[in-house]
Amino acid sequence: MDKFHSLKGIAAPLPIVNIDTDMIIPKQFLKTIKRTGLGVSLFYEMRYDNDGNLIKDFVLNTSPFDQSKILVAGDNFGCGSSREHAPWSLKDFGIRSVISTSFADIFYNNCFQNGILPIVVSPENLDQLMTAAKNQIEFTIDLPEQIIKAGNHSINFEIEEFRKERLLQGLDDIGITLGYQDKINAYEEDKKNKKPWLFKKN
Amino acid sequence: MSNQGPKTLFDKIWSEHLVGQREDGTNLLYIDRHLVHEVTSPQAFEGLKLSNRPVHRPEATIAVADHNVPTINRQNIEDPQSKIQVETLAKNTKEHGIQYFDLMDQRQGIVHIIGPEQGITQPGMTIVCGDSHTSTHGAFGALAFGIGTSEVEHVLATQTIVQNPAKNMRISVNGKLPFGVNSKDLILYIIGKIGTAGGTGHVIEYAGSSIMGLSMEGRMTICNMSIEAGARAGLISPDQTTFNYIKGRPYAPGTEHWDQAVEYWSSLPSDNDANYDHEIVIDSSEIDPMVTWGTSPEDVVSVKGTVPNPSSAKTENKKKSIERSLEYMGLKPGTKITDIKLDKIFIGSCTNGRIEDLRKVASIVKDKKIASHVQAMIVPGSGLVKKQAEEEGIDIILKDAGFEWREAGCSMCLGMNPDQLKPGERCASTSNRNFEGRQGRGGRTHLMSPELAAASAITGNISDIRDFTQNG
Repeated sequence: MDKFHSLKGIAAPLPIVNIDTDMIIPKQFLKTIKRTGLGVSLFYEMRYDNDGNLIKDFVLNTSPFDQSKILVAGDNFGCGSSREHAPWSLKDFGIRSVISTSFADIFYNNCFQNGILPIVVSPENLDQLMTAAKNQIEFTIDLPEQIIKAGNHSINFEIEEFRKERLLQGLDDIGITLGYQDKINAYEEDKKNKKPWLFKKN
Repeated sequence: MSNQGPKTLFDKIWSEHLVGQREDGTNLLYIDRHLVHEVTSPQAFEGLKLSNRPVHRPEATIAVADHNVPTINRQNIEDPQSKIQVETLAKNTKEHGIQYFDLMDQRQGIVHIIGPEQGITQPGMTIVCGDSHTSTHGAFGALAFGIGTSEVEHVLATQTIVQNPAKNMRISVNGKLPFGVNSKDLILYIIGKIGTAGGTGHVIEYAGSSIMGLSMEGRMTICNMSIEAGARAGLISPDQTTFNYIKGRPYAPGTEHWDQAVEYWSSLPSDNDANYDHEIVIDSSEIDPMVTWGTSPEDVVSVKGTVPNPSSAKTENKKKSIERSLEYMGLKPGTKITDIKLDKIFIGSCTNGRIEDLRKVASIVKDKKIASHVQAMIVPGSGLVKKQAEEEGIDIILKDAGFEWREAGCSMCLGMNPDQLKPGERCASTSNRNFEGRQGRGGRTHLMSPELAAASAITGNISDIRDFTQNG
């Protein structure tokens, strides 16, 4: 997995609440069997009209926000489906961090699997950052220090330690778990005796 | 969460499945059953291949294609990408020795319909699937939740998942359900009350006499939409209704283990004095048949109500969100819900595509015709639901009324297959999401119960089943 240490750049403001995964990446793009190539379809229905032409005033279609690595969005970002295509499309577009007041659980988890840092801030801080983003002020996100800096604002954020480590080191989660193979096997042997119906072959 | 003292249903399942703690402090949770479909699995299988890892326990996984499948001609999938995705699932499952119900198998259907139908879903299990509506299986007292594709790969490789415990929330609904009010109305009402982020970080346990009085199918509708309330999962205590439903199904415990399984299942309900982080109590008499007016499942109102006015919103964000929704939905504040005219009716999905749903619709539209300006389709949740309905003559009643009778799949719930709304089309839908573009770009979705959708198909407007039954 890609590492995440720190990030510097302007942030795209998207002041909409409940941005769902259908908005992030509509269904017609879920037919791929690859993880890559989805950036061009990110926020498809907001970015393109019915004929597939760019909608010029949508923030990610305007310069310099079309180069944003950071997204500042309204409450409850990423609600809806479990599609990992949502973080895949964000990442493929170049977004490596999303800032909001809250995230849907599955989306939040999916971000960490892909080297994207979702950051939860207070509603007051979100307002400040949204304004800074609109004003094209440069953001600095420092994961080791857990700080977002934008203009005069310096905002600390929380992150669970294991998630932080995984991002910093770009760890392979499956590889780590496979180190516990013996424990998994022992668990299964124990349950075969205690709950045999779960292991019956059909 | 302590190991001592009273426990919730969630606490019990959690501690029973804890394999251990990793050095990074995270918990490894054992997964009893893994359901796999064509959309969220190809990249996971590819990942296994690239890292040369086998599937840890192939017999704990069951696969089916549901999202992409056509509901008319099953012989050929016209969309080349959809076709590749379905073929990829067939190839991957074969390669790894995973049971796969193919398109011609009568057991094929929506993954969350066939799990319970086959008896795969059982109390006390942990069940995951790369699909957010995995919460459906919580109706059986199984801890079931949606996961991303990276986690699908993790479960395939290790049969475990890395998780930290959720918080416990209990929503109790008490009392006899008023006439015309059923499980769909209950869950829409709950989502309206707590909001789409109301359950974030929690597992919601539904309790109370209204919930426990529901059939298994009604309970599945409730748990199915837990994700629309932001919850990680929904749960309902297993009871005799649950055991009766499971008994005799193909993957259910056989006679040799049945008593032992029931004894275990009976130990699962939450202890009387268990603690919840959050509790909500609802009196069912306050609930009406419910309909969504906007583009989030929390945008819900009584069918007797009106489209809200943005100026009445409590916050600026909410006001903007209502304005955006109304513009998308093409609705004016103050419009009576029953004055909203429809173009399409969709009955189906993992929320409401089961036999009881189809029976309800048939009983309402029997000997009637759908309004001349609407197109109405029924997509059974599985091949076996379809077969059952045909044996009961339900298909004839529905076709006589003007409904299209389709093959099983997810269909217009998300429109990955050709079943989609056109821009501006308005649909009464028994599915679970009314997001912008969900059923097709520019399509306008009103979520409701099968009863309301059936009544609305006949009148051509969103209709209150209570008026319909009295006058119709």
